[in-house]
Amino acid sequence: MSHFSPASRLFVLVLSLLLLLPLAATADSDEEGETEALPFSDLSFPEPARHFSAEQKCVAPDEEMRKNHMKYILHQRDETMHEGIRTRQYSLEECVNCHAVKNDEGDYIPVNAPDQFCYSCHSYAAVNIDCFQCHATKPVRPSMLQTLSSSDAHPESEMLGGDIKQLLASEGPAQ
Amino acid sequence: MSESSNLTDIARRNFLARAGAAAGAAAIAPGVFLSAPASAKPVGEAVTSKNRWGILVDTNKCASGCNDCVTACENENGWGRNDEPESNAQQKAHWIRTVDIKNKATGFTRTLPMMCQHCETPPCVDVCPTGASFRRADGIVLVDKHICIGCRYCMMACPYKARSFVHEDLHEQKPWAPRGKGTVESCTMCVQRVDNDKVPACVEACSAENHNALIFGDLYDENSEISKALKTHDNVEIRADLGLNTGVRYRGI
Repeated sequence: MSHFSPASRLFVLVLSLLLLLPLAATADSDEEGETEALPFSDLSFPEPARHFSAEQKCVAPDEEMRKNHMKYILHQRDETMHEGIRTRQYSLEECVNCHAVKNDEGDYIPVNAPDQFCYSCHSYAAVNIDCFQCHATKPVRPSMLQTLSSSDAHPESEMLGGDIKQLLASEGPAQ
Repeated sequence: MSESSNLTDIARRNFLARAGAAAGAAAIAPGVFLSAPASAKPVGEAVTSKNRWGILVDTNKCASGCNDCVTACENENGWGRNDEPESNAQQKAHWIRTVDIKNKATGFTRTLPMMCQHCETPPCVDVCPTGASFRRADGIVLVDKHICIGCRYCMMACPYKARSFVHEDLHEQKPWAPRGKGTVESCTMCVQRVDNDKVPACVEACSAENHNALIFGDLYDENSEISKALKTHDNVEIRADLGLNTGVRYRGI
């Protein structure tokens, strides 16, 4: 037991302290984290033109959209491209329809322009968006989600709305 | 993936056709296929191989110099607006183009629209290294630009020169027809319209101008206008020698 030199004992002590230090630090930050602001909460971006429904702002709950919006888009992309499934709720066109806003002159600002909805988070997180090299960045035709969420749908859109409503009811969450 | 399932569909269909003929029960196929008309597809259901979309071009009605189908396609799909200023005429997009043909021996001339022929066995799909070039279950041949790497093998393989490549950054695309630099594109038979029970833009424009040279419809529905016309009138595939079984057929050439 005495074959450890004082120097090596000191080394082991320092080493174990170093190993324990991150644990302590994590515990500290966890406690403080409850009062600290969440990531992205200091970002500002335009409010969408309208909400999906009275109960829900976007097409899925906010927390879900923040984390998984890309999965919804990817799922819809493959279904539309290869199988011709053109439901509206998770389509990229409908993202743009709500999240692109107008400037003071009444013209639409591209949704991927700096400070706009997509770009503000993506530049913060340093994640490139490839969608808009090909996809439209401004609304071109009226949203069809309005007929989904509004209770007073137009008579001519009732059939379409009902059709999609029925479909949405049978649609599970995106994989 | 999609290629193999398409080939499976074709093999199954050939088998069924033979089986039906052998049993002398040709009524089975129409009975099955016609129970669900094309317009019945709900928006959330996948397309199936029960339909095969096609176009019959009656070149007898195609006037030399008429460009209505091309203009309609440009407006619908957002190409041809001089959005590639650095590219020359050979490099620019041509989803559909008019071609003048002439028999040098007799002097007989014709004008016809040339676009993707939506082959049953498309050479562009055969050569695509990524699976981006694919044939949808209902016979429409498309490029999945999400996985297209821009190698342009399909442009080389296509006997109809139907495909073009985007060389420059594009802006203001149509939401229903995304297109962008570095990918190959071609006639989509206006898939966004077909999925919503409408006819392709070129066909609509041709009828609207009262030329009525284009008929769009389901080749597997024997009561469709196109099937009846194909049954009653002489018609050809261009480069029929290649055995591609095209979805676009021509009359009068």
